[in-house]
Amino acid sequence: MDKKQQKEKMTGLMSKFVSLVSYKLPDDVEKKLKELSEEEDNHLAKIIYKTMFENQQLAFELKRPSCQDTGVLQFFVKCGENFPLIGQLDNILRESVFKSTKETPLRHNSVETFDEYNTGKNIGNGTPSIFWEIEEDSDKVEIYTYMAGGGCTLPGVATVLMPGEGYEGVVKFVLDRMTSYGLNACPPLLVGVGVGTSVETAALNSKLALMRPVGSRNENENAAKMEQLLEDGINAIGLGPQGLKGSKSVMGVNVVNTARHPSTIGVAVNTGCWSHRRGKITFDRDLNYVIDTHEGVTL
Amino acid sequence: MSKKVLTTPIKDEDLKDIRIGDIIYLTGTLVTCRDVAHRRLIEEKIPLPIDLKGKAIFHAGPIVRDLGNEQYEIVSIGPTTSMRMEKFEKEFIEETGVKLIVGKGGMGKNTEEGCKTHKALHLVFPAGNAVYGATKVEEIKEVHWKDLGMPESLWVCEVKEFGPLIVSIDTEGNNIFEENKIEFNKRKEEQYEYISQQVRFIK
Repeated sequence: MDKKQQKEKMTGLMSKFVSLVSYKLPDDVEKKLKELSEEEDNHLAKIIYKTMFENQQLAFELKRPSCQDTGVLQFFVKCGENFPLIGQLDNILRESVFKSTKETPLRHNSVETFDEYNTGKNIGNGTPSIFWEIEEDSDKVEIYTYMAGGGCTLPGVATVLMPGEGYEGVVKFVLDRMTSYGLNACPPLLVGVGVGTSVETAALNSKLALMRPVGSRNENENAAKMEQLLEDGINAIGLGPQGLKGSKSVMGVNVVNTARHPSTIGVAVNTGCWSHRRGKITFDRDLNYVIDTHEGVTL
Repeated sequence: MSKKVLTTPIKDEDLKDIRIGDIIYLTGTLVTCRDVAHRRLIEEKIPLPIDLKGKAIFHAGPIVRDLGNEQYEIVSIGPTTSMRMEKFEKEFIEETGVKLIVGKGGMGKNTEEGCKTHKALHLVFPAGNAVYGATKVEEIKEVHWKDLGMPESLWVCEVKEFGPLIVSIDTEGNNIFEENKIEFNKRKEEQYEYISQQVRFIK
């Protein structure tokens, strides 16, 4: 296969993968939603869960996007320095979104700012968003695909706290967002908390936190402790599905952290809705692929 | 319990016994109407190209398949965050005579007033269930303001027993989300007191 053929092949596969992510939730999310619904005893909440499961069943059978807001596509790429299409990858991902938008179909979600028009292609200036990491001595590429819908993007917030406010300030920042914006963002949510030195490091961490599986724990003992405390705490608020009350509020809380300046604590919150459409696909140098998030699925 | 179905055109009397937390279903005309459509009518003073009196609007931006010859098919349709339309909704109800506003999450004081004065309801369709929603749409009768793009166009849908729709604001201006929020905030304060004592990692 020459480079042109390789590029076409990968674009085709990624387009199908994006489509898959639109109509099938990842295994960890499906499992958690089932668990939460079984623990629920609120009447309205039970009706909502029933609708959710019927919807996912229909979406999979009809191969249609389970939620009409198929989001702005975001890709988190960890690319080996020797992956043959490293230089072409940005274009491949962009093209694959365009192709998938026509074929699935996905909603047109790219509005050019200031000129204020919808491109009608679901791609635009800076969309899809692609975040890069390069891996030494590797010829593979790992790609997290995420559909960032409007509803769950809206609660996103970042700030820089003073060290005097401590992690207590982080807790307050997260909890306040849950009862103001979180309840409208389609709970049960996956809550991503980023801690770092500044707004953009914290913000990126908070989104990376949403790529981590539901039920996973931060390797740092204190961070893991805070994940558990926040998860139990937000659950005790009892937002329930759609914020209409219930016995739980979240699928989980994931914290991703990096170091900080002695004078600052950067903190950010990102939320994933119950329809948390994320997928992870890994390609080797010959474009053989493995999908970790959706067991037993082929493209 | 029998299924409560409202059929358009809806009159004030049809809504008077319905209270927050009730579940209803809709048969008739449901028109998608969201951010820019609200802004056009209220702020830009551009008249809506359709009569909404006695009908229902949906804060939604669907995925639609263009079948050619002005024929369209709904692929996925579900609600978007209603709160974004709060700024406009009271006047919108007043100007159009719309009876049902379907969306996601709560709305605020303005909409409460609009619903109370002009006898309308705000309802929640469980969001994210867009294929389920699409199966309740029988046909797209018309489309207007296509210049706004697929999500923002006014898609005039004929629906049958569209729901479940959970009443979030009723014709007396009661608001289920505002009532819940009082309880949520109280519990949040308790949780903050408890958790903050255990995360004093800076010593």
